[in-house]
Amino acid sequence: MWSILRSIWIVLKRVFAPKVTVLYPETKRRLPARWRGRIVLTRDPDGEERCVACYLCAVACPPSCISLQAETREDGRRYPGVFRINFSRCIFCGFCEEACPTYAIQLTPDYEMSEYERKNMVYEKEHLLISGQGKYPGYNFYRAAGLAIKGKGKGEAENERPPVDVKGLLP
Amino acid sequence: MSGLAVLGLAVSLFFGVLLFAALTIWAERRLLGFYQERYGPNRVGPLGLLQVIADMVKIMTKENWIPPFADRPVFVLAPTIIIVTTLASFAVIPLTPLVVMSDINVGLLFFLGMSSLAVYSVALAGWGSNSKFSLLGGVRAVGQMVSYEVFMGISLLGVVLQTGSFSLVDIVRAQGRLWFVVPQFVGFVVFFIAGLAETRRIPFDLPEAENELVAGYHTEYSGFKFAMFYLGEYVGVTLNSAMIATLFFGGWQGPWLPPAAWFILKTAFFVGVFILIRGALPRPRYDQLIAFGWKLMFPLAVLNLAVTGGIVLASGH
Repeated sequence: MWSILRSIWIVLKRVFAPKVTVLYPETKRRLPARWRGRIVLTRDPDGEERCVACYLCAVACPPSCISLQAETREDGRRYPGVFRINFSRCIFCGFCEEACPTYAIQLTPDYEMSEYERKNMVYEKEHLLISGQGKYPGYNFYRAAGLAIKGKGKGEAENERPPVDVKGLLP
Repeated sequence: MSGLAVLGLAVSLFFGVLLFAALTIWAERRLLGFYQERYGPNRVGPLGLLQVIADMVKIMTKENWIPPFADRPVFVLAPTIIIVTTLASFAVIPLTPLVVMSDINVGLLFFLGMSSLAVYSVALAGWGSNSKFSLLGGVRAVGQMVSYEVFMGISLLGVVLQTGSFSLVDIVRAQGRLWFVVPQFVGFVVFFIAGLAETRRIPFDLPEAENELVAGYHTEYSGFKFAMFYLGEYVGVTLNSAMIATLFFGGWQGPWLPPAAWFILKTAFFVGVFILIRGALPRPRYDQLIAFGWKLMFPLAVLNLAVTGGIVLASGH
């Protein structure tokens, strides 16, 4: 009997407790920097596209929502002619970001992507490509990996080591 | 009263009670939210008041579906019974000194009879659905009602003894000096608990018991037929609150404010208590429920009746 009245009183006191609900459109939660939201394609410090169209993100993608088409520039650098992400299928797992060797594809803390028509959920390259460098400012894949130029292969210049033989077993 | 006035009163009472029940649904959802440190529905209209209308539009546009294995006539009839019986009970409740649909001399018996008939709704829904969960819910409802109807009636006999009348108008008039909650406190507590069981609300919602029986007797119901059960529950809550206010808290009697305002305020307060209890208490086991009814509440009600009868006899009127 006493415990029943006591529990009623405890519940009644909750009316004056602060609410845990976040009234979403009015107040927005502060998202962590590593929040996995809308996917972007970033550029390197020179303003070039980081993406080298290696297809690793498309391979890693569990729901296969990424599709791209590689093309080659006149100087031999690869870039995606078409880069398409179907966000109605994307599960925001971040595997594409992990798979990317050039830090080109990145997930951002933005989740407000609702659309009235489903086909608007398919983002093309012009929607995905941003002008900034994203989470890795100053990183340029070709500076780190080296680049074959005319008459000289990778690792043959001064102060350079030959590239790792990825097919060998030796360390 | 002329026939037209009665008709007008009946229609306005009908819509008034439905409006109050709709507001009760809104209030319950908001208050339960507050008890759980949430806000509840607060988007549709000011303070979320139009949420009920949005839900009604949604539920009325649903398909009117009857399961192929159900007993069709019984299945369709069951939800109407609960809403008819609970709404009919409002006819005998005096809203103000002047406004009462029908001042019959056995108003209290009419209320008790109507609330007993409401059991048929639940029992027939459980039977007509022809599904195991529904049947279990219906069986539980019948067992619960059988145990709770008895002392619900007996708990009110103390009031009847003190008034000397079954008419609710007379009962309210007899409370001019002292509300019956003071001499009949035991009767009030017993009637309140019986009212909780009568409306099948937590902690007496064993016929529904969504953790065990999906949704109990209305598992198979959807659309408008479910809405009738849902609305019937809240009309029942309103009815029981109104009866508590009428029988034990002086009905429309009160200073300063007009009588109708007092009546609505008291009813709303007890609706709030119903909601608070729903938010606070867990559901007992079925045997605990029946034992509580027969071994504690029933003797308490009989004792209250005997003591009241003795005092009324001794005081000599």
